[in-house]
Amino acid sequence: MKFKVNGHEVFASTGGRPFDKKKPLIIFVHGSGLTHMTWVLQTRYFAFHGYNSLAVDLPGHGLSSGESLKSIEEMADWVNDVIDAVGHKEASLVGHSQGCLVTVECTSRYPNKIKTLSLMGGAGAIPMNPELLSLAENNDPKAVDLMMDWAHGPAGHFGGHPVPGLYHINTGTMLAKSRTIQNTLGVDFRACDNYKNGFEAAKTIKCPTLSILATDDKMCPVKEGKKLASLIDGSQVDIIDNCGHMMLLEEADRVLTVLKKFITTNYPPLSS
Amino acid sequence: MSDKKKELKPNTYKFDTLSLHAGYQPHKNAGSRQVPIYQTTSYLFDDVDHAAALFNLERGGHIYSRISNPTVGVLEERVASLEGGTAALATSSGMSAIFLTVMTLCEAGDHLVVSSQLYGGTVNLFRLTLPKFGIKCTFVKPRDTEGFKKAIQKNTKGIFGELVGNPGNEIMNMPEIAKIAHDAGIPLMVDATYQTPYLCKPFEHGADIVIHSLTKWMAGHGSSMAGILVEGGKFDWMQNDKFPTMTKPYEGYHGLSFAEEFGPTAFTMKARAEGMRDFGPCLSPQNAWNVLQGIETLSVRMKKHCSNAEEMVKYLSNHESVAWVSHPSVPDHPDHELAKKLLPNGRGSMIAFGIKGGKDAGVAFINNVKLASHLANVGDTRTLVIHPASGTHSQMDEATLKFAGLSHDMIRLSVGIEDIDDIKNDFEIGFRAARKPRLVSNQ
Repeated sequence: MKFKVNGHEVFASTGGRPFDKKKPLIIFVHGSGLTHMTWVLQTRYFAFHGYNSLAVDLPGHGLSSGESLKSIEEMADWVNDVIDAVGHKEASLVGHSQGCLVTVECTSRYPNKIKTLSLMGGAGAIPMNPELLSLAENNDPKAVDLMMDWAHGPAGHFGGHPVPGLYHINTGTMLAKSRTIQNTLGVDFRACDNYKNGFEAAKTIKCPTLSILATDDKMCPVKEGKKLASLIDGSQVDIIDNCGHMMLLEEADRVLTVLKKFITTNYPPLSS
Repeated sequence: MSDKKKELKPNTYKFDTLSLHAGYQPHKNAGSRQVPIYQTTSYLFDDVDHAAALFNLERGGHIYSRISNPTVGVLEERVASLEGGTAALATSSGMSAIFLTVMTLCEAGDHLVVSSQLYGGTVNLFRLTLPKFGIKCTFVKPRDTEGFKKAIQKNTKGIFGELVGNPGNEIMNMPEIAKIAHDAGIPLMVDATYQTPYLCKPFEHGADIVIHSLTKWMAGHGSSMAGILVEGGKFDWMQNDKFPTMTKPYEGYHGLSFAEEFGPTAFTMKARAEGMRDFGPCLSPQNAWNVLQGIETLSVRMKKHCSNAEEMVKYLSNHESVAWVSHPSVPDHPDHELAKKLLPNGRGSMIAFGIKGGKDAGVAFINNVKLASHLANVGDTRTLVIHPASGTHSQMDEATLKFAGLSHDMIRLSVGIEDIDDIKNDFEIGFRAARKPRLVSNQ
């Protein structure tokens, strides 16, 4: 669906169901340079089981208009604005990679609004390789190729997509190249590199929190995810073997099962 | 010791490695090094909720082998990886892949612009069968690039062609025709059976959907029928209102918008969810496995196919019984320069040549070669020959034959990977037989 936030049109996938203000809200926040489509194997399930699923495209990404936001803090405030814009008072947040920085910061800033926090491939800080950052800021497609290489584990490199016939790395590449690289990936990478408040923000979080990590994650290694989780009171951690940073696609079924249990327990759906 | 900083390079697998490994992880299949053949019709659901989620595309997975199958899925991922595509859908034959592509794209009342130089079966699909579904086509000669532009109508939904036309070896100017299609907001669909991704990756030249008859070079062994459609993932279905079945809520899946939900894989998702469900031209797991065996050696075979073809071009060009030779490697071929650009790894192994003495000589040649097989297939590891006017294109009338660029003296040669001297020796037998009737009639 489309709606406006700060004067700009925002696109968010609702998982194939009409938005219903009576249902609890889950907002899914994608990673650097990507779009709402990375969440397709999670959002549809929640949309058909008593929730409003909103997989947003950040400003300037995917089908959303406007320019990319330049800092994680701005993105965190923007997620809060999305909750207001769709007429809700609270939400459950799910983030991937950069989306984890955004949702951690948002939860810290708006503790009364955020009911649960789910982090996938998260860390308290995501310092960028200077060469990768430079390539992205200079609109070099090699930045996407490198990201796709590092972001995928065995399922990405060999294959075995949960949806028959889809090929991970090429699909991810097309998503990341769907808009101008320097205006999406370049801006996002710089925002990640500049963000220093993740660990401090994590210490303030009191809502139920889940971290899903993967043993073959080269972008946000398990030890970084564990470090972040250790700072959040009562945080649950689930570690997936033989899986890379794109666990929400590479091990979509496992991720959905863990996410479903966590969210339905801590933020129940509207019973039908 | 050098202090030069090492340049960052992606370590994704290259073509030859993908040919052997893409789409499959042994540790997820009982450690089986070879891809297992999942000879089953259906798959257990964990519970009712799991079943509903699979039917509703909330989860990935298999339901029924008409829609998807794990062995077929490996083949689909492997071909998608080799083509540089986002997704693929394997079918029971190349023709069913073309039909499924058209039926996923078009509705009754739509129109397609189609190259006139196509396999005879494809011509009949576009000329005679699709109009029965209310889909009309305008045929344009493949070298008439401007003609493709002129033929586009308000209800045109796509352009279709064979990259190298069957059997005349005319080459579509794919980059220019892709630009024409994209300027009109429609996709370019390319049948690249003759090339395989080893010789050309059409997505790099602007194609949006690539189709293969896997029966041919991809498999190579000539044992199994199979086809596939592959999606490039770049085409924006939401740029205009031409593709409502891709962009609007679809009743058949609880209001799903394929373009919104699946973006770069939307076309394949729709082709599978709707096309396989409703038409059902599924590939058997056994045939998928057979094709996978062929793909493992694709690059090795294609090198030999191409080197043998170039040897045969030289041999035929200098032969007293041959009137003309058409192959993109020939310098005076009208598309020689374009071929160098689009087919850098080799110009393919299909040769068309005219035999002196016309139809009678052609028939005599075909009837007397011993090693070359006379049959209606191409891309086998064995050398194949046919006389199109009396074989693959025999259902066409005189005018259609002429429009398709066919002549009665044409012999279509699919060069195999046998020893080149044995192929030449066999052709000498055929040519001697072809000269005989003329010698007799001249006396």
